[in-house]
Amino acid sequence: MIIASTLTTNLAILVLAGFIGFVVISKVPNTLHTPLMSGTNAIHGIVLLGGLLVVGLSGNGTFNKIILVIAIAFGTINVVGGFLVTDRMLEMFKSKPRAGSVSGSASGSKSRSVSGSGGGSSQDDSSEGGS
Amino acid sequence: MLAIHPPLATSFLQDQSFLDVLYIIAFALFIQGLRGLSGPTTAVRGNRIAAVGMAIAVIATLLNVNEGNWGLIALGIVVGTVVGVPAARQVKMTAMPQMVALFNGVGGGAVFLISWSEFRLTSGFTSTATYITIFSLFAAIVGSVSFWGSNIAFGKLQEVIPGRPITLGSAQQYVNFVLFALAVAAGVDIAGGDHTEAIFIGMLVCAALLGNAVVLPIGGADMPVVISLLNAFTGLSAAATGIALNNPALIVAGMIVGASGSILTNLMATAMNRSIPAIIAGGFGGGGAVEGASGAGEHAGTVRSTSAADAAIQLAYANRVVIVPGYGMAVAQAQHAVRELTKELEKRQVEVSYAIHPVAGRMPGHMNVLLAEADVPYDQLKEMDDANPEFQRTDVSLVIGANDVTNPAAKNTPSSPIYGMPILEVSDSHSVIVIKRSMNPGFAGIENELYYDPKTAMLFGDAKSAVSEITAELAQI
Repeated sequence: MIIASTLTTNLAILVLAGFIGFVVISKVPNTLHTPLMSGTNAIHGIVLLGGLLVVGLSGNGTFNKIILVIAIAFGTINVVGGFLVTDRMLEMFKSKPRAGSVSGSASGSKSRSVSGSGGGSSQDDSSEGGS
Repeated sequence: MLAIHPPLATSFLQDQSFLDVLYIIAFALFIQGLRGLSGPTTAVRGNRIAAVGMAIAVIATLLNVNEGNWGLIALGIVVGTVVGVPAARQVKMTAMPQMVALFNGVGGGAVFLISWSEFRLTSGFTSTATYITIFSLFAAIVGSVSFWGSNIAFGKLQEVIPGRPITLGSAQQYVNFVLFALAVAAGVDIAGGDHTEAIFIGMLVCAALLGNAVVLPIGGADMPVVISLLNAFTGLSAAATGIALNNPALIVAGMIVGASGSILTNLMATAMNRSIPAIIAGGFGGGGAVEGASGAGEHAGTVRSTSAADAAIQLAYANRVVIVPGYGMAVAQAQHAVRELTKELEKRQVEVSYAIHPVAGRMPGHMNVLLAEADVPYDQLKEMDDANPEFQRTDVSLVIGANDVTNPAAKNTPSSPIYGMPILEVSDSHSVIVIKRSMNPGFAGIENELYYDPKTAMLFGDAKSAVSEITAELAQI
């Protein structure tokens, strides 16, 4: 039995993920392309993991620690901001009862944002509890 | 299944398989989440599923981290949250493209910083497998290009720096090529065994300059395509980081983003009738740089202007009205006014729908977001292919701040720069009302024949006040 090396395993994952990406994304309608862009944008914030992994290794000097903290902060902005802003956009697409209902147009641009508590543990960002 | 490579051996605990399972769950959730984005009803949940996947991936990683560095991790995450949450909450929907650019930029920034720290930690990739070195270097270059390019894109859209193309003229292509070649050469040198940090920094600087040099010459109109392209770049660099760090979640997530970014970039370029290389070459559209207004002079035809009162009467007695919104509507923040107008028309049993061009607004689908924000029901929004056959039985098309996407020249005039671009066939409808600030041409810098069509009436003015006036007039009929 042949045991695949780490490199080939990872390359296989890479290629398959590429094909899955093409298939899944091709089904997204034009209407949702802006949320899609911002959602996938949030997903590549996963580089945050890279920062966490490297900062967890021993032997990082002071300068390394500084750039890694910046990297983690950048990654977190990417993830948290990306998912939140996508959630805000998509909330607006939720079908509403036609015409009638309350919520007049007075509710300006920001009021529709999700309501959860947001801060603190941060990763669980899209505030599942909200509405 | 997923063996580990030497540099990480110390940090991975004995339960590697468990962690791998968590990562696999995480990327399965990403894929499931993105599948949810295929429809407006499942999209919110889809995004949240992806967010849960992200949370699982982060927790799995934290299980792995050395005790000593919790303070640093907490610091990074807290700073990121404090910056990211308010930004995401407060950004206006019209400013969404630059927000995406900014988030994309920080992602790219994280990638090249991680790669740099790896370089330092391993004393210049000493005793690191060559393929890991290569993927790290790829991540560093692409991440750096993405970071700087995205920041420039943000600056242009936010109008911190001028939106018009800033070029070095004919030397631009050579400069770009030299910067690219230098960055690659530095990378090859390091992969070949040079451990000098100055070379690595030089590579980052070349990549940074390249990011600036590529995006600065691109006009505001093409910027969303660039953002999408840079989004794909950041995704690919994240995937490369994943291979370097042997992390399957990073590989899958990064690659999916790479794929989606490529698809989106291509779709956008097609919808704008532009090729991606031509966009990268830059110099098109935006600001005052109007290029070759070919055939502009031949329109001796007259423009008929109308008043809000006349427009209101025309609309009130129509059976079917199609609203064609463009970026002009968004900048005037007129979407709520448009919604009020729609309500007023619906009271009179007028059938109203919205025809949305794929690149209306500043990004594909941007207009849908803006209209959804104004509570326009999703089922009234018609995509181009569904909207076009309907124009023939439309009494009045109301074009609000849209220009090039309605230009019949794209169908009729082979010499036009936009010839071949898919358009909304507004001129098929019985009559057309165009709300526009002036006769200035749009981004592409071309005259719009539609305005000279005898059945077209122009209502000059700011989109928001013009629409409000029509609504007020309607109420009095």
